[in-house]
Amino acid sequence: MNRMYEGWRGFQKGTWMSEINVRSFIKHNYTPYDGDESFLEGPTQDTLDLWEQVMDLTKQEREAGGVLDMDTKVVSTITSHGPGYLNKDKEKIVGFQTDKPFKRALHTYGGIRMAEKACSENGYKVDPEISEFFNVHRKTHNAGVFDVYTPEMRACRSSHIITGLPDAYGRGRIIGDYRRVALYGIDRLIEDKQAQRVTTRSAMYDDIIRLREELAEQMRALEQLKEMAASYGFDISQPAKDTKEAIQWLYFGYLGAVKEQNGAAMSLGRTSTFLDIYAERDIAEGRYTEKEIQELVDQFIMKLRLVKFARTPEYNSLFSGDPQWVTESIGGVAIDGRHMVTKMSYRYLHTLENLGAAPEPNLTVLWSTKLPMNFKRYCAKTSIETSSVQYENDDLMRNTHGDDYAIACCVSSMRLGKEMQFFGARANLAKCLLYAINGGRDEITGKQVAPEYTPIYSEYLDYDEVMKKFDQMMEWLAEVYVNTLNIIHYMHDKYCYEKLQMALHDKNVVRWFATGIAGLSVVADSLSAIKYAKVKVIRDETGLATDYEVEGDFPKYGNDDDRVDSIARMIVQMFMGHIRKNHTYRRGVPTTSILTITSNVVYGKNTGSTPDGRKKGEAFAPGANPMHKRDTHGAVASLASVAKLPFWDAQDGISNTFSIVPGALGKDDQIFAGDIEVDLDCSNGTCSTPTLFEGLDDKQ
Amino acid sequence: MEGYIHSTESFGTVDGPGIRYVVFMQGCPLRCKYCHNPDTWQIGTGERISAEEIIENYSKNKAFYAHGGITVTGGEPLLQIDFLLELFKMAKKEGIHTCIDTSGITYREGTSEYNDKLDLLLEYTDLVMLDIKHIDPVLHRELTGQDNEGILAFAKYLSEKKVPFWVRHVVVPGITDDPVYLTKLGEFLGNLSGVKALDVLPYHTMGKAKYKEMGIPYPLEGVEALSTSEAVKAKEIILKAFKETRKIP
Repeated sequence: MNRMYEGWRGFQKGTWMSEINVRSFIKHNYTPYDGDESFLEGPTQDTLDLWEQVMDLTKQEREAGGVLDMDTKVVSTITSHGPGYLNKDKEKIVGFQTDKPFKRALHTYGGIRMAEKACSENGYKVDPEISEFFNVHRKTHNAGVFDVYTPEMRACRSSHIITGLPDAYGRGRIIGDYRRVALYGIDRLIEDKQAQRVTTRSAMYDDIIRLREELAEQMRALEQLKEMAASYGFDISQPAKDTKEAIQWLYFGYLGAVKEQNGAAMSLGRTSTFLDIYAERDIAEGRYTEKEIQELVDQFIMKLRLVKFARTPEYNSLFSGDPQWVTESIGGVAIDGRHMVTKMSYRYLHTLENLGAAPEPNLTVLWSTKLPMNFKRYCAKTSIETSSVQYENDDLMRNTHGDDYAIACCVSSMRLGKEMQFFGARANLAKCLLYAINGGRDEITGKQVAPEYTPIYSEYLDYDEVMKKFDQMMEWLAEVYVNTLNIIHYMHDKYCYEKLQMALHDKNVVRWFATGIAGLSVVADSLSAIKYAKVKVIRDETGLATDYEVEGDFPKYGNDDDRVDSIARMIVQMFMGHIRKNHTYRRGVPTTSILTITSNVVYGKNTGSTPDGRKKGEAFAPGANPMHKRDTHGAVASLASVAKLPFWDAQDGISNTFSIVPGALGKDDQIFAGDIEVDLDCSNGTCSTPTLFEGLDDKQ
Repeated sequence: MEGYIHSTESFGTVDGPGIRYVVFMQGCPLRCKYCHNPDTWQIGTGERISAEEIIENYSKNKAFYAHGGITVTGGEPLLQIDFLLELFKMAKKEGIHTCIDTSGITYREGTSEYNDKLDLLLEYTDLVMLDIKHIDPVLHRELTGQDNEGILAFAKYLSEKKVPFWVRHVVVPGITDDPVYLTKLGEFLGNLSGVKALDVLPYHTMGKAKYKEMGIPYPLEGVEALSTSEAVKAKEIILKAFKETRKIP
């Protein structure tokens, strides 16, 4: 059964040879690195030249109002465009989404209107023939969804109690295991897919029909990927033979995905330790030098920085900018106890120095207390210098996802090639609380959105009464929310299927059915105010509660105060409990997230005054953050409140946005003399003041 | 027992080594012109919090404080010495690093019940941060409203008792940045043992808002914040005098 390829020379044998199993390959072959960053190399002249070209194009793009060029004639597919280059002679890693850099592709399968709008808002017009084709002859995901939505779902959508639904654009959040392209080559992957198709059940129930069709689509996508690579002059049918090919093959896999899909988050996976195995071997063989390896990495990262999509201004305001979420997960600890930091982990982070700081790719360190000290120091140093590193808790996620998971978007963890996610936007729980008080009427429009439950009539809010009604309202919201998502994912699979990304998955995947919560800290503080202070309701002439007066003080989430932190915790558990009661499309496993990192402003804008004293239109706190300025006991207390939220009930992630001025992180070395922890030898007369000071004292 | 507490800060990074749980004690006899916490002046007010509660709040999140500990500051923490005694006894039982940030104003030479308590308290104290406002007695009185005799005596007392301590000194343009007095301060410190660090604090104007809020005139209206380079200069002057006094090249 085991085959041998040239690309596999020198590798330790394992089950990865007889089955598609990248984790096994990594486990048997990677070399943990405990050293420091001193081995790293700077950028080559070619890299610097290319980067200068990129900076120039970026400037042009900015001056052109944010978009330099858009394709309006060719619908983007894996093979739709010929090769594109910055400077072919200098590029060690090649490939762009269209036939030239900075030209944004036309993605229509998610929804033709969104594609048209993205163009028109930027001063372009989609070819009328294409518009006609997708309006008349070929249905899109967006059209499918709106054929099925109920009036209630539409009402929830326009009142913003459910917001950001991926019903008009690509859902994203799926990570193809792009490493497979490098390790196995396309032919072997197609062979595997063929075997998968042979082994489906034979009675043609609709799930089997769908699976067989999807497998056919996947194989077609793999063939197209081969074709696209060939247009750049590479034959990726066989495994990559060295580091350069491994990076290139892997990047082709990713590139195919971003050619095919304009997803809300198109993350890369966990590639650094995988690629390090090639680099270690090739350096030992004398095939490449460290300088050359770093050049390949720099240029690979440069390409990832240039992933661009056509998007509308509304989309950009929802996500605060034009993010691609090319998240790469670095480090972490293996199940066998070894840490997974390699030299390649350093090389990836080092690109922030070689190319300068950048938000993309979203370099994410899977943090564990067990990471080697040198690496922790290097991460801290890089963070201080570039503010471009994201951190996530590997010690927590490893428990549920093992040691070969990666982060999609900002916090969604999934096992590579084995788990995918149905992205589900967010339910606005702050608004839900107001609906509970108002008997299902929207506090801004006055419209009846939720069922006509009995509103609260009293002048002052009673905690038990509010909780009871809030619980009922959450139950209603969870049901309409999950059902809306069922429609969305059904239609996305049908009209905008991620065939290449799913081709880089196993046959039987776990589908996480993601939901999300917005406004958690508003709800927690509101309920705390109702419980521990007095909240008076202000109603308009129609009896609609539109504002609240808080009399007295109350415990606020973000101060490590169990009285209110327990409320926040309880809300997450209650809402997740309601979510779990519902049927989910394709047996999706329900999860939720508390991670509105940027859209908190938009959610707040669409929500009336709340019983915590927050006024109509004021922004929510991002993610699971305490409300702005209400955490008054310092960062540890604030973080401790967030840490009490139950990860089990919010497995799709809990985010806390934290910024701090450098001065608040400790003493300025220049003016603080004396470090009682450091013991340096001063005899050579070169030591700095602090130690001299210490030395003086010792001599007495 | 309970102390009068102004507030607590769970992520203190500038009041002693490591990340610290900082307790701001209510009440202070000094009226330093540059004080940025005028809301801690009044004695006998503030929230009443027990020592147990502070230890409990600390212990809940002790993972954060692996290289830090508890710092009591204020206000003037030594005004509530009985409370500190109880708090630090408990802290040391739990193996927590303890630190007092004080002006030393409560100290008087000689034998007294208070000094006995102080002797005892220092047995439970890992580090003292002594904030010397001004080395000159007259200018000290002008700056703080109190004499510095006891403060300087306190420094000598720490030195004799071999208690490790840091010296803090706020440098205000036109008030405490005179090289003559900075040199004097350095010489004074040079004659002491146990000084582990010198923490020069550049004057900033962030306290202003509090004065406005409390409706009291800001004494240093018009005085600019001290730049880092000026602070470095001040540090160098103090250190130079310190070294010369110790006769170290």
